[in-house]
Amino acid sequence: MMEIGLNHYLILSTILFSIGLIGVMRRKNLLMLFFATEILLNSVNISFAAISHYYGDLTGQMFAFFVIAIAASEVAVGLGLLIVWHKRHNEIDLDLMSTMKG
Amino acid sequence: MELLLYTALFAPLVGSLFAALFGASPKTLLTGVVTSLLLGVSLVASTILLVFVISSGQFVHVEMMTWITAGDLYIPFGFIVDQISVTMMMVVTLVSTVVHVYAIGYMDHDKGFNRFFSWLSAFVFSMMVLVMSDNFAGLFIGWEGVGLCSWGLIGFWYKKESATWAANEAFIMNRIADLGMLIGIFLIYWNTGTLQYHEAFAAMPALETATLVWIGIFLFVGAMGKSAQFPLHTWLADAMEGPTPVSALIHAATMVTAGVYLVVRSHELYALIPNVGLFIASLGTFVAIFAATMALVNRDIKRVIAYSTLSQLGYMFAAAGLGAYWVALFHLMAHAFFKALLFLGAGNVMHAMSDELDPFKMGALGKTMKGTMILMTLASVALAGIFPLAGFFSKDLILEVAFIDGHYIIYTVLLLTAGLTAFYSFRIIALIFHGEDRHTSLGFHPHEAYKFMLIAVTPLAILAVIAGALQGSYYEYVTLLLPSTEYHIHSSLVYWTMTIGTQLFVIASIIFAYKKYMSKSVKVPDGTSAMEKSFFYKLLINQYYIPYFYEEYLVKPYRELSTVFWKQVDQKIVDATVDSIANVIYHTGENTRNMQSGNLSTMLKWMVAGLVALLSLAVVFGLATRHSDEIMLILSGLGV
Amino acid sequence: MFEAIAFYLFAFLTIVMFYITVTTSQALYALSALAAGMIFISAFFFILGADFLGAVQIVVYSGAVMALYAFGMMFFDTTRDVKEKKGNKYLITGLATLAAILVVVIVSAPLIGENISAYYPMTEGAGNTQEIGMVLFTKYLVPFELAAVMLLVAMISGIVLAGKKMDLSLTLMSDREIIEMREEKNKKVLL
Repeated sequence: MMEIGLNHYLILSTILFSIGLIGVMRRKNLLMLFFATEILLNSVNISFAAISHYYGDLTGQMFAFFVIAIAASEVAVGLGLLIVWHKRHNEIDLDLMSTMKG
Repeated sequence: MELLLYTALFAPLVGSLFAALFGASPKTLLTGVVTSLLLGVSLVASTILLVFVISSGQFVHVEMMTWITAGDLYIPFGFIVDQISVTMMMVVTLVSTVVHVYAIGYMDHDKGFNRFFSWLSAFVFSMMVLVMSDNFAGLFIGWEGVGLCSWGLIGFWYKKESATWAANEAFIMNRIADLGMLIGIFLIYWNTGTLQYHEAFAAMPALETATLVWIGIFLFVGAMGKSAQFPLHTWLADAMEGPTPVSALIHAATMVTAGVYLVVRSHELYALIPNVGLFIASLGTFVAIFAATMALVNRDIKRVIAYSTLSQLGYMFAAAGLGAYWVALFHLMAHAFFKALLFLGAGNVMHAMSDELDPFKMGALGKTMKGTMILMTLASVALAGIFPLAGFFSKDLILEVAFIDGHYIIYTVLLLTAGLTAFYSFRIIALIFHGEDRHTSLGFHPHEAYKFMLIAVTPLAILAVIAGALQGSYYEYVTLLLPSTEYHIHSSLVYWTMTIGTQLFVIASIIFAYKKYMSKSVKVPDGTSAMEKSFFYKLLINQYYIPYFYEEYLVKPYRELSTVFWKQVDQKIVDATVDSIANVIYHTGENTRNMQSGNLSTMLKWMVAGLVALLSLAVVFGLATRHSDEIMLILSGLGV
Repeated sequence: MFEAIAFYLFAFLTIVMFYITVTTSQALYALSALAAGMIFISAFFFILGADFLGAVQIVVYSGAVMALYAFGMMFFDTTRDVKEKKGNKYLITGLATLAAILVVVIVSAPLIGENISAYYPMTEGAGNTQEIGMVLFTKYLVPFELAAVMLLVAMISGIVLAGKKMDLSLTLMSDREIIEMREEKNKKVLL
């Protein structure tokens, strides 16, 4: 237990990933949905960094790096769209946004 | 010679197809004329063939083309003109030509004029195929063909409910009998390996008697349907719904004699099984008297003549059953002439009386319709069997056959029937043409038929008179093929007593009929007279209640059964199964449509579910690839 | 030993924070918990010796991204409670857990099979930042440039989407037009 191995980090990453998925499936407010997406991305970053550390390879860290960059740009665009929608309809409830019905 | 054969065979078909082109148009006289001419051509060809067969004693045998070759089965479209078939050909073409010309006048005002001639010529073609074919399969084709054309012609006025019902009844009864005939044909093929007449009959003496008896019985079942023997006889009387030329051609001269033709053609078979022959003869005798009794009281002139046909068919089968095949064929020929004549005359009467059929409403028509009266009287005299007309030579010969062979019961019954025949025939003649005028008060204004119709019918009248004289030469040539038993009663005393006794009996019946029905006290029966209330009258006029029996105990239960099968089995089970397959697919689509709800949250859930599914697949396949060797080991152990 | 304590402590904190983010009904609490969780994750990066990554995590995630979210929150009515979907709890939890486990299994399969080999091994002695710099500007140069372009695009799109009255461009107008525009506005104010 004392010795922190790769497995500990992987388990942690799993827990965080599932929390993120629960958030994605549960949340009705679109902004909250974005928060949950951030959690997902972070959990994956942890796992990349952990593997990179335990195997002495820098690839994991590079990947995590790029994930962060992409997450940032995604947040910018996503929030922009959210704001436009809010200006139009004055609410961001997912259940009311179902114009693309099958 | 082959050319003549093909001409005789296919000329009616050409006529039928030609008339069919005009089927939907209003009446064009051309169709009637062309079809009659083509039938005339067929008649001429048949006559030349007859002369050839008589003079040279040879057959004309052609094989047109192969029909079925499957394994050991070989069935060609083959045709043969031998003594039997050439006799039939002559009868068929002669009566058909006369009927065609007559029908040009009879169907004058009918809207379906062209259609009628198409059906009529098609019928003649089928009949020619039937009599000219040289194997049982071709016979069957012709058999079914005449059944079909008979259906089309009986139900010719298809808007009349009774006509379509009668047509269906005729066709269905024939089909029931055809089942028996098919079984007979199958048995022939199974046991002899061929369906050609001469090969099959050559192989038959080697078969067991039991097999031959079954073949004989089944073939006769087929003949029973076509020739309306008991119990498949009800269709013949109902078939009078069709136009009178149809009755004359089909139900007097040709289709109903197909059964007799079959028995005569299979004479080699029936000669080997005399017990079946005796059964046939007994049944024929029974039908003869059965039909004659029903004709005694009937009030529909066509029905009386139909029962008369039925009765005479019984005579033919009696002769054939007793082994006198050439006698049966001769009676067939003579009967065709005078019966067709009788029907056509009745057609004239009907036309004159605006399709009224009850003879009690007629009377003293002899004054206005002299020609028809003479023709019908001639035909009835021939039918009664008075010397020297044709009937005497054929019918009395059958009586002699029965007597000589020692079948006294058959002889007595046939003798009695001869008396009854004379009675009811002349009852009709007396009621129609003589006695008091009952029709004018009922508003009928009769007139004689067109001259050309009377002229067309004259050949039949001539033949009805002189056919008897042809008996000698007929015997000469037909017995080259058929067994030639000469029927001589050794003691001339017995012979002359029989002959003269029969004639006197018949003449007495005629006089009795005249007296009864020419008197002034004959009225239109209205159900109140003592005669009409008597048991026998009711029995006879309801045809022994047999149609009622069929309707109640056969048709109704069958209809109920069909309804059950339709509603319960077909609709609920079969249709439901098919529909449920479609419904499953439809509802699956409906329900999966909800996946595309447009709601992001739901779609995210579906995404995660899909993700889980795909990931598990990836893990499973990855593991399988890693341990593929062990998996192959396990699978081979299981035997896959 | 310190490492173990640090790991467990930060693990516990991160899980609690993220749990709050996902389950709370107050939007502001979710935002704050998310920011806190980001910081604690950077702690993991430091424990793992990925110094540069940890620093970037704090600067970009907790700084820029959370600031963006905070600005975005200002548009919405945050006093209202956030409504939740009435879904099947067990289904959601089950699906989520299953998915997570599967992802990890797949990712760690090469590890278990020991098929992994280091492409860009770390050199001894050099600091983490130096090493990252060496790899980033040589092997990962193209993705680096592309990421830069992508960030530019995201920035512009953010401005376009959220901005207002973008049809007038002050830098392209001449001085006279600017004065006219100003007078128009003043007129409206005075009158």
